[in-house]
Amino acid sequence: MTHKDSTPGKTPMETHPPGGTAAPHEQLKIVIVGHVDHGKSTFVGRLFHDTGSLPDGKLEQLQKAAERRGVPFEWANLMDALQSERDQNITIDTAQIWFQTPKRQYVIIDAPGHKEFLKNMITGAANAEAALLLIDAHEGVQENSRRHGYLLNLLGIRQVAVLVNKMDLENYSEARFNQIETEYRQWLDTVGITPKVFIPIAAKHGDNIASISARMPWWHGPTVLATLDDFKVSDPPINQPLRFPIQDVYRFDERRILAGRIEAGSIKVGDRLVFSPTNKVSTVKSIERWNAPATESAAAGESVGITLTEQIFVERGVIAALETAPPYELTRFKARVFWLGKKPLARKKKYKLKLTTQEVECEVDSIEKVIDASTLATVSRSHNELFVGRHEVGDLTLRTRKPLAFDTLNDIVPTGRFVIVDGLDVSGGGIIAEDNYPRRTHDGHTKSDNIYWSHGKVTVAQREARNGQQGRVLWLTGLSGSGKSTIATELERQLFNQGRHVYVLDGDIARHGLCSDLGFSHEDRKENIRRIGEVARLFADSGVICITAFISPYRSDRDLVRKILPRDRFVEVYVNAPVQVCEKRDPKGLYAKARSGQIKEFTGVSAPYEAPPAPDIELRTDKLTVAESVAAIMEYLALQGADSEVSI
Amino acid sequence: MDYLSKLENQSIYILREAFAKFENLAMLWSIGKDSTVLLWLARKAFFGHVPFPLVHVDTTYKIPSMIEYRDRLCKEWNLQLVVGKNEEVLKSGATFPNGKATRVECCGTLKKDALKQVLDQHHFTGVIVGVRRDEEPTRAKERYFSPRDKNMEWNVEDQPPELWDQFKTDYEKGAHIRIHPLLHWTELNVWEYIERENIPVTPLYFANAKNERYRSLGCFPCTFPIHSTARTVPEIIEELRNTKVPERSGRAQDKESEDAFEKLRRDGYM
Repeated sequence: MTHKDSTPGKTPMETHPPGGTAAPHEQLKIVIVGHVDHGKSTFVGRLFHDTGSLPDGKLEQLQKAAERRGVPFEWANLMDALQSERDQNITIDTAQIWFQTPKRQYVIIDAPGHKEFLKNMITGAANAEAALLLIDAHEGVQENSRRHGYLLNLLGIRQVAVLVNKMDLENYSEARFNQIETEYRQWLDTVGITPKVFIPIAAKHGDNIASISARMPWWHGPTVLATLDDFKVSDPPINQPLRFPIQDVYRFDERRILAGRIEAGSIKVGDRLVFSPTNKVSTVKSIERWNAPATESAAAGESVGITLTEQIFVERGVIAALETAPPYELTRFKARVFWLGKKPLARKKKYKLKLTTQEVECEVDSIEKVIDASTLATVSRSHNELFVGRHEVGDLTLRTRKPLAFDTLNDIVPTGRFVIVDGLDVSGGGIIAEDNYPRRTHDGHTKSDNIYWSHGKVTVAQREARNGQQGRVLWLTGLSGSGKSTIATELERQLFNQGRHVYVLDGDIARHGLCSDLGFSHEDRKENIRRIGEVARLFADSGVICITAFISPYRSDRDLVRKILPRDRFVEVYVNAPVQVCEKRDPKGLYAKARSGQIKEFTGVSAPYEAPPAPDIELRTDKLTVAESVAAIMEYLALQGADSEVSI
Repeated sequence: MDYLSKLENQSIYILREAFAKFENLAMLWSIGKDSTVLLWLARKAFFGHVPFPLVHVDTTYKIPSMIEYRDRLCKEWNLQLVVGKNEEVLKSGATFPNGKATRVECCGTLKKDALKQVLDQHHFTGVIVGVRRDEEPTRAKERYFSPRDKNMEWNVEDQPPELWDQFKTDYEKGAHIRIHPLLHWTELNVWEYIERENIPVTPLYFANAKNERYRSLGCFPCTFPIHSTARTVPEIIEELRNTKVPERSGRAQDKESEDAFEKLRRDGYM
């Protein structure tokens, strides 16, 4: 680089503000975590001292206070501002303090290491972009060294450096340092963190904090200070699909402004937006800000407002996205949750879930696994009870009462995580896991609101996973009076009580509505069964167990229905009783009418019944009771579902 | 995005959350630089409007030009002002300037109790306050949404978790919530923002002919100016970049005892 100014009028590449310290142009938030008593607050105090960042008189004030109380001076007292913290020599709550290097301004977030105050550690760490993990060289890797490592990953912190502290207690031994590095690196690897560096320090004496220590000549790595400057400031996710959660709708003047912060991507005037989960669509008319230059666009991280060309009903909680890349909108998803609540997270309890500005009631659908974050071991409970206890982590499926708009954490971070409120308290946080979620996609040619369904983006398998059952048609065929309706309704009751989605299509119901235009001729009977078959197929397709109870006397008609359904989804149940028995029962008095000629073409009397040659189930109702008949079907269904993860 | 814009966007987000979540919301306006920046941020958040009343706790010992400045901005910015005063104590004369109370007791009655009275009277359930973490170590432990019980007490040992910009917004009846949208700003950031946005501040912050200026404003018997030659906002910024003197060094009530400020704050002081 030449100092000669060869080009007249050229602006110098580097400029400095006149006099004094250069103004830093960026800020980085760093959290200090690790096990209790491993020296986090002491480290922060020393870092401030060694970088000349302590305010005038602060050191003297702390020294005097210690003297007055007759206790040794502690660097930690800089951060442990609460009287109760000083009394116990322990950090209770997270605190933040600022300092700067020539490169940038730092916010140092001190987090408590005691397990009891994990919610305060989470509060501190969730706001950070990078972390320093402290380990006591003497005590080595402890419970919360491991737990905090695990939680950093869960909280999305990828930039981590490990400080092996109190090296003075281990005679500044390189071997001890290497031993701890090997052990802890392995753990971090297991939980998905690759630390930038391990640094041996003695916070109390300032070794390797702001300058390289003469007491560890074997150390050729960086100081803590140099490591800090090596971290990167994270920027909001601008290059991702737009996610603009609406915080509020304002009508302070003639404008109707949708206010919110863009969480991902960018937005510009003219963009077609879809609002999830309501699926309303409109176009951006303007981007609104106050006392700022007017622009045609805005990007992630900005708290702005927009107005729309077409006025649609939008309220707090919906997420605006581009029509081409909307979020998922579902009521069921998989998540990993860390629990901080005093009462455990359990099934059959109602919680409130908050994801960006959405709030929905939710329940735990199932708990797959509960782990101890400090060992990764599955938590075992007496009586096989399933719940996520305080400070534990659970892999579970959540079900919301209303559809939730979300992304998986891997796709878009701000819309891939949530908190759970138990009663009045935020009691846990979670991240949304990958799964085979159906995606609603937009098709420019279709103006239907039902694109979610009509385009078939939801597969049968997805529906079955949601419903926890396979859609089926249980086709009951047999003479009038053989017991079809009786069995059908009892079977429906039992399946319903098991939590199944089940519905009975009965001949009488169909005859009064769907097929009210049809009579009893051969052609009309055929059309009647075709229609019933199509309706039953729709039920099965949507994941419901549909029970039909029709005489359906013709084999060809039944085969027609069998053909429109997948092979194992049509179950033919022959409800078989001799015509004499049926005629004796004659619950509706139809046989009598047929015999007297009042009813023409009555099956079994004046029209044929073609018995199924190979029914899936045959019930001899002249020999079986209703209960026995139903039990036989239930048993058949259980056997059919046995080799499938999703039973009936 | 530059860091001042990051701070601004975060504060606007919090202000809008508060407005969406609380029916009876008010903002404390001490007339100082912080709460004036907060007021400016509210106008940003609500597109030029301030959709809630401002509460000024008047101890009657405020520096007179602060009141003039207050009334001028109220008119220019179309603000709704509610003034809280502890008339009873003022009448009885049990104040520090009268020699009938310690500094801390005086803050307790004229500020804290007066605040409680005005909150009760107007049934405010959410109060927006311009405190910052870097001002003072107990404020460093604050939450953005910080609950206070019926007696305004702060349970500092058991604060709600705050993560991913999800705040505690569900409360028992009778509790109220302090909302702190400026918590993540430093004194320097505040001045940098005043410069960027050209926000009017009271002239007390600028050095006078005697080369004295106020760095933190309060009641005149307990607030002392510092030596300074900073007569403009850029000069103040330059001074702050190089100083190591704490901001509240001119505030006498903080120094009564080691935990004087903590005690005040636990009991409901701002």
